[in-house]
Amino acid sequence: MSQPNRLNQGGSIDRSKPLDFTFNGLRYSGYEGDTLASALLANGVDIVNRSFKYSRPRGIVASGAAEPNAIVQLGSTEAAQVPNVRATQQALYQGLSARSTNGWPNVNHDAMGLLGKLGGPMMGPGFYYKTFMAPASMWMTYEKFIRKAAGLGRAPQEKDPDIYDHYNHHCDLLIIGAGPAGLMAALTAARSGARVIICDEQETFGGSLLETADLLDGKPAQQWLANALVQLSDCGDVLMLPRTTANGYHDHNFVTLHERRTEHLADTAPEAHQSRSRMHHVRAGQVILATGSQERPVVYANNDVPGNLLCSAVSCYIRRYAVVPGQKLVVTTATDIGYQAALDWLDAGREVVAVVDCRANPDGDRVKQARQKGIRIITGSAVFEAKGSKRVTAARIAAVDLDAFTLTGQLEELACDTIASSGGFSPVVHLSAHTGARPVWNEEALGFVPGRVKGMIPAGGADAIYSLPAVLESGLQAAQQALQSCGYAAVSVDLPKASQRIESKSAALFQVPHLKPTSRAPKQFVDLQNDVTAAGIELATREGFESIEHVKRYTALGFGTDQGKLGNINGMAIAARILGQTIPETGTTVFRPNYTGITFGAIAGRHCGELFDPERYTALHAWHLKRGAKFEDVGQWKRPWYFPVGNETMHEAVARECQAVREKVGILDASTLGKIDIQGADAREFLGRVYTNKWAQLGLNKCRYGLMCKDDGMVMDDGVTTCLGDNHFLMTTTTGGAAAILDWLELWHQTEWPELEVYFNSVTDHWATMTITGPRARDLLSEVTDIDLSKDSFKFMECREGMVAGVPARVYRISFTGELTYEINVQANYAMHVWNALFEHESTYGLTPYGTETMHVLRAEKGFIIVGQDTDGSVTPEDLGMQWCVGYDKPFSWIGKRALSRPDTRRKDRKQLVGLLPTDPSVVLQEGAQIVFDPKQSIPMKMKGHVTSSYYSPTLGQGFALALVMGGAERMGEKVYMPMADGRVHEAEIVSPIFLDPKGERQNV
Amino acid sequence: MLHIYCPYCGEHREESEFRPKGQAHILRPKDPDNCSDEVWADYLFFRDNPRGLHHEMWLHATGCRKYFNVTRDTVSYEILETYKMGEQPKITAQSRAAGGEK
Repeated sequence: MSQPNRLNQGGSIDRSKPLDFTFNGLRYSGYEGDTLASALLANGVDIVNRSFKYSRPRGIVASGAAEPNAIVQLGSTEAAQVPNVRATQQALYQGLSARSTNGWPNVNHDAMGLLGKLGGPMMGPGFYYKTFMAPASMWMTYEKFIRKAAGLGRAPQEKDPDIYDHYNHHCDLLIIGAGPAGLMAALTAARSGARVIICDEQETFGGSLLETADLLDGKPAQQWLANALVQLSDCGDVLMLPRTTANGYHDHNFVTLHERRTEHLADTAPEAHQSRSRMHHVRAGQVILATGSQERPVVYANNDVPGNLLCSAVSCYIRRYAVVPGQKLVVTTATDIGYQAALDWLDAGREVVAVVDCRANPDGDRVKQARQKGIRIITGSAVFEAKGSKRVTAARIAAVDLDAFTLTGQLEELACDTIASSGGFSPVVHLSAHTGARPVWNEEALGFVPGRVKGMIPAGGADAIYSLPAVLESGLQAAQQALQSCGYAAVSVDLPKASQRIESKSAALFQVPHLKPTSRAPKQFVDLQNDVTAAGIELATREGFESIEHVKRYTALGFGTDQGKLGNINGMAIAARILGQTIPETGTTVFRPNYTGITFGAIAGRHCGELFDPERYTALHAWHLKRGAKFEDVGQWKRPWYFPVGNETMHEAVARECQAVREKVGILDASTLGKIDIQGADAREFLGRVYTNKWAQLGLNKCRYGLMCKDDGMVMDDGVTTCLGDNHFLMTTTTGGAAAILDWLELWHQTEWPELEVYFNSVTDHWATMTITGPRARDLLSEVTDIDLSKDSFKFMECREGMVAGVPARVYRISFTGELTYEINVQANYAMHVWNALFEHESTYGLTPYGTETMHVLRAEKGFIIVGQDTDGSVTPEDLGMQWCVGYDKPFSWIGKRALSRPDTRRKDRKQLVGLLPTDPSVVLQEGAQIVFDPKQSIPMKMKGHVTSSYYSPTLGQGFALALVMGGAERMGEKVYMPMADGRVHEAEIVSPIFLDPKGERQNV
Repeated sequence: MLHIYCPYCGEHREESEFRPKGQAHILRPKDPDNCSDEVWADYLFFRDNPRGLHHEMWLHATGCRKYFNVTRDTVSYEILETYKMGEQPKITAQSRAAGGEK
């Protein structure tokens, strides 16, 4: 349980609070304030994973979001499993249990590593495409093998016990990053009264101030930081969100923030009803991008062997966590940050072997300091190869000519166990790139800075500003600029005094040349997470993939959860060198959301289970439930599908329901039908323009079926509209089309005919609709109403207002079943009362509730279409044989009319609606089945149509169908064929689509 | 997610309240029965797909239910103006090229 790499003092960990944890089943201990990564390093754990493709042992490289190797599977129980957590971002808690995501049987003895060694040369870029190309049928086999070998964590197999929140915010300023730039911006904005949100992905605010040795106002920067945080938290208009990653930057300053609320405490949220994490959806007036910069590692041979770290990570682990990740350090650097790592290492009491600097004459303050402390400095040189397999054992160094890309002079081998590298800094531009803004190359800073995004201001390291005084000033200026944009008065804030350090100019060091050509040298890793090497990039360009986007896809550079944090700029620089281009000519690939991985739970929030999508219930839903209805989803509506009695199958239930309607009386809850109230002096004229048929003569209390087309002449909706007054109509639409039809009516009124006085309102939910249908419908209704129902006074296609079961009602005598039918409409909150009143007579009349399936059978027997089932947006009224419903001589050129005279809509061989009777009466054709005229022709057969509706009719005693068949109207009596996937071929005869009561006598009783 | 100013409501609202309705300023031929098939087909089927400024129609579906027009840059997704039905855009590709309002 000892922590060999832990210092006895220093750091911001709490040594009085030891924490136990397990990694790959072994027990370790760390302290409160540790990350999982710092605790592993403290315990001397070198190998944390096996690499994605080559299965090479890997150790911790970085200290934050950029970590490519220490990707772990978290969770001590199955339900608590979380894949792909970066150990560098995971706070340690008591009982934490983590495993490597790769490595079998374990990371120290990995069977797959052998494959990597043997098969390594064969597993170049594009290896998936090349090796597993053929035969295609073997892919499933290959895939299983590859998944086992690679893979990045696994999803839990059990239900997530946690809950997740979504919050919506509006703010004036969103500050992303709470390092010196972000904090300075927040302090400035807080003075102005603006609403501010400041977030940071780390456990605590401060960024580089948490570990810097610099002084602010003559005191340690950490003191200034603590004071700043108190000031901000005292300000009511500043929302401070630590442990919160800005994951996606979307259009118009819409930013998604992922706040981890309990991930630092336990596997699952410790308190009941506590959300584990929270997604903040922020609409910001201005965004200050203070995401800082990311140090680039140097690309040299075997730079992936455990013990190779970033210089900034070395300093961070020593200063923040009091952990020295090794004994003997070699630094290879192009910046003065390398010297800081060496100084920190030396202060921790361990040995610095040498600082190898590729620059000829570095002369910054920290260089001088290192020289004074007696550290060996080797200039004009670089580490070109690390030795060792499971841990670095030595660094091979040589003088280097970067322009000529060759090594010069003497080679030297330095024994060490740690190599820290610093190739310079890249601004963290990912978020700005999410919006589509391409990063812009800054030659002075040797890095890409954020492209222009409206409403976004980069500050500090994100804008390639690196010295502390300049960073603080840029935060202040960004805030002032943002406040001005939001309309706030300028505020003056004092900048803390920071000493200006002399830095030597950084060099451009990406890849170090090797003695051998890149393709023959030991692997030089560019993207550690995806196992992309410099040789791989070289090969990709040699094979013709010259665009950086192609190189990315061929090699997997910057893929997946990594999104190119450490490797992308190096990869682009290497591609540029090979192609003889500049880096800006080569350009960057696109960084995409999310910046770091995010759980599905956080994305879903409370939108899961029954809250996934709204469910709409009619006023009679409770009755349907009690009656044991099976439900069907129609849009968001839950509609009764059928009402089984006892152990009835659906087929039996539907047969019984159909029979009840044809012989006695059935009742359907039709409340979901779309209903639009249309009023105004020009309502009638408007109807004449949007429907294909005529409305000029429709009298009071008369109903008419209407067909609606788009202006291309294709049927889009149908329904019955009733005249309730000279300026008042009630339109019904299909259940699914209700909202779209309202939009459609508004569209034509608002854009084409604003001169018409007409108003539309949806009343779908206001009215409940109960359809009673069957020979005994009149007798039943007469029990509960005083409306005169006699044949001659209340005719077919008429409407009456009156009392039904003691409540005001509108009754429509229309029919979708072909039987005598009354549709009773009452205010929705009376519906249950009326329904129950009707069911008091259930046994007297054999009243039978039926659902949508029976409704479909009954309407299809009559050849009544369902728009969207028997039509598909390519069917005209005439294709449906509904010429009777088209008023070609109406004065106004109604919607769809002109298109019906286009040559295409006049074709004789258009698909037309017909009925089909299968030769074998027991056959129920498959809806969607393709129709051919000659079943003996060779494949591919000529498809001549398809079945649109098909059912078994208890009334006909056989299966029947509606279908669209080319030239079908002229083919009555002909046979067509439906070849099925199982080899059978069904035969059917083309008949009229009206199977029952063609003269309509049953409804006219 | 776009942030759209409804010229009728006079407020910026979230995109989820709106529905896109395609290219704006499509004129239905005045006399459909006497226009050529080509003119009718052009009205029905042909739409611009510009890289840059585009005038679009949007519906404030869960708000005021009004249709209105939006001038939007299809590259940056920036909305440069919204204006009521029947009005003309102030910002066009021509005005932009001429160095007018950006």
